[in-house]
Amino acid sequence: MPWTSYSGRQRRARHSQLHLYSGIFVLLAAGSTLLLLGVPDEKHLSVYSNAANYSLPVTERNGSDYVGLLELFEPLGTVTSKTGGGGHWKFRYYEVESEFTAGKTRVKVRGKEFDLPANFLLENGRGLVPLASLETLLPRILGGPVTFHSSALRLFIGNVAVHFTAQMSKTDSTKLVMDFTSPVNPAISTEPGKIRMVFAHEPLVAPGTQSLTFDSKTIPSASYEERNGAAEIVIASSVPLLATFANDGRTIVLGPPPATAAQTPQPNQPAPQASAPPQMLASTGPAAIRSRQIVIDPSHGGEERGAVLSDQLVEKDITLAFARRLRLELATRGITALLLRDADNTLSLDQRAATTNAIHPALYICLHAASQGNGVRLYAPLLSGPGENRGPFLDWNSAQAGFLPNSQVVQAALAAELQNRRVPVRSLTAALRPLNNVSAAALAVEIAPPGDDASQLDSPSYQQLIAGALAAGITAARERIEAGQ
Amino acid sequence: MIPRHLVISVAVMLGIALGMGFYVWHMRGRVISGAASNRPVMPPVSGPTEQVTLYVAYDDAGVVRPVQARIPLPVGRQQRAEELLQALLGVYLDKSSPHPLGMGSEMRAVFLVDPGLAVIDLNAAFADSHRSGVLVEELTVASLVQSLTANVPGITRVKILVDGKERETLAGHADLSGFYDASSVNQLVAQMASGQ
Repeated sequence: MPWTSYSGRQRRARHSQLHLYSGIFVLLAAGSTLLLLGVPDEKHLSVYSNAANYSLPVTERNGSDYVGLLELFEPLGTVTSKTGGGGHWKFRYYEVESEFTAGKTRVKVRGKEFDLPANFLLENGRGLVPLASLETLLPRILGGPVTFHSSALRLFIGNVAVHFTAQMSKTDSTKLVMDFTSPVNPAISTEPGKIRMVFAHEPLVAPGTQSLTFDSKTIPSASYEERNGAAEIVIASSVPLLATFANDGRTIVLGPPPATAAQTPQPNQPAPQASAPPQMLASTGPAAIRSRQIVIDPSHGGEERGAVLSDQLVEKDITLAFARRLRLELATRGITALLLRDADNTLSLDQRAATTNAIHPALYICLHAASQGNGVRLYAPLLSGPGENRGPFLDWNSAQAGFLPNSQVVQAALAAELQNRRVPVRSLTAALRPLNNVSAAALAVEIAPPGDDASQLDSPSYQQLIAGALAAGITAARERIEAGQ
Repeated sequence: MIPRHLVISVAVMLGIALGMGFYVWHMRGRVISGAASNRPVMPPVSGPTEQVTLYVAYDDAGVVRPVQARIPLPVGRQQRAEELLQALLGVYLDKSSPHPLGMGSEMRAVFLVDPGLAVIDLNAAFADSHRSGVLVEELTVASLVQSLTANVPGITRVKILVDGKERETLAGHADLSGFYDASSVNQLVAQMASGQ
């Protein structure tokens, strides 16, 4: 039959079909484009329970946020589901049965019916419930209390909340002591005038008030906020702060580094800016290493992960592990060491240098890790000129100049100790910040695996071998510098 | 009932769409891989060749070694500097590179600023795809700076930019915020070679 003989109805039908197939074609093209360009980030729901803390992707349907019921319950216990005819979906959590119908709000849990705030959805056997229903639906299935912080996408199942108190130390008015009811491990980052702690995995909840004030010029206030599935505590400060953990992670003490703490902040003193201070006050010159601390800087941290060493190892974690071992090794030799970061927090290079210079340490040692090569590489600072020092002020970019001889002494001592222990070692110079900004003997240590296997960097015995050699080298350097003076 | 010719035409359209998609995907892969492997080892400059010393980084030994090469060089200092570094990048982007750089690594330009300052402008892919580590980044920087200062007289300091902007580090380690002093880098290259 020729197509011209189609009736008007047939032509309309044909046009509709043509539109349908054109639409499919356009969708295919759009889909391909999306695949090539990538998809936007998903929202996630953080779930805290006694069984597990986890996060789930949130799906948007018809303008509402949904979450998969199976995914939500699987980490909590035994779940099964069964899809029946007519969009009927049965869900079983241990002995509790629930019945849902696709496109309907009415559900039945434990034999009792009630309505969800939006329709239940069924996609490929996967039941989706609206986020807004969680606070009413889950207690009926679980038989226990559930608290949902909808604006922050945080769901608390049972009494799992971690509470905290914050107060200025009774013995040192410059220190803020935060006590938590369970161990915590926040990501800590610093900004000019504030320190931010993000609790992504802990069910932390607000204290009585979201804003806290303290009778302290050093730390005047703190605030609590929840967003994007995490809790945040932001502490305002007039000086750079160091966070130290105690009591198995249940206590965080925030305070100025020791040298800064000794200098009580003046009321009119402006808050130091962490970004690129152009000049700094000169220290009184290199003093005996025995009388002062060692600053250990585990490089990278927080958002800045450093080199990817293997499928499972990133540089920031290895440097922190080595730093902790080195601190312990130094402590057994009677040398006090301070870690610039003792958690997974972000510090800028300028912040690392400024904090170190405020402490006036005997030695600054920054730790790096690499998968290339093997053994240990020691880097003394590579200076590009004497800098423009004016009176008591040192040029920020060449503050190291006056301390370079001591840096080289430490480098030689560490190399000798590593060679004694048959660890392959190279001594080089490097333009590696913040070495040049540090007004103390300064050295960078790059630890490579003993062989080709980068996973050996995570080996406790290898870490112990290197940490022991470095600690012995630092002890020997102390004696050499003292002998030179 | 869907007319047969409509089914056929839609099937043809789908076939064309899939075919075009496959062709675009195929060509995209060729363009990307071409950037890495089809880059000329020597710069495409005609004219008489000159012998130069390229300072080439070797990852296995962790050193920068002088390598003699004959490449066509223009007369102008700035053009010479650019051709020289293009030749060096050609070595690194070759399949048998002793110090592989990431896909799409390019040098955008070299500017000679009197007195004695050279500015190397790398593209973002150079830094973004560079392997991270103190030594591996230092080898790259030392190789670029030493090759330039050894072959173009009068350069005493070198500054490295990425996409025309200052960047804190190359790939998390080597400092790009300051200037590299030619004599300091020369000593560093010698120090590496001495096997310390």
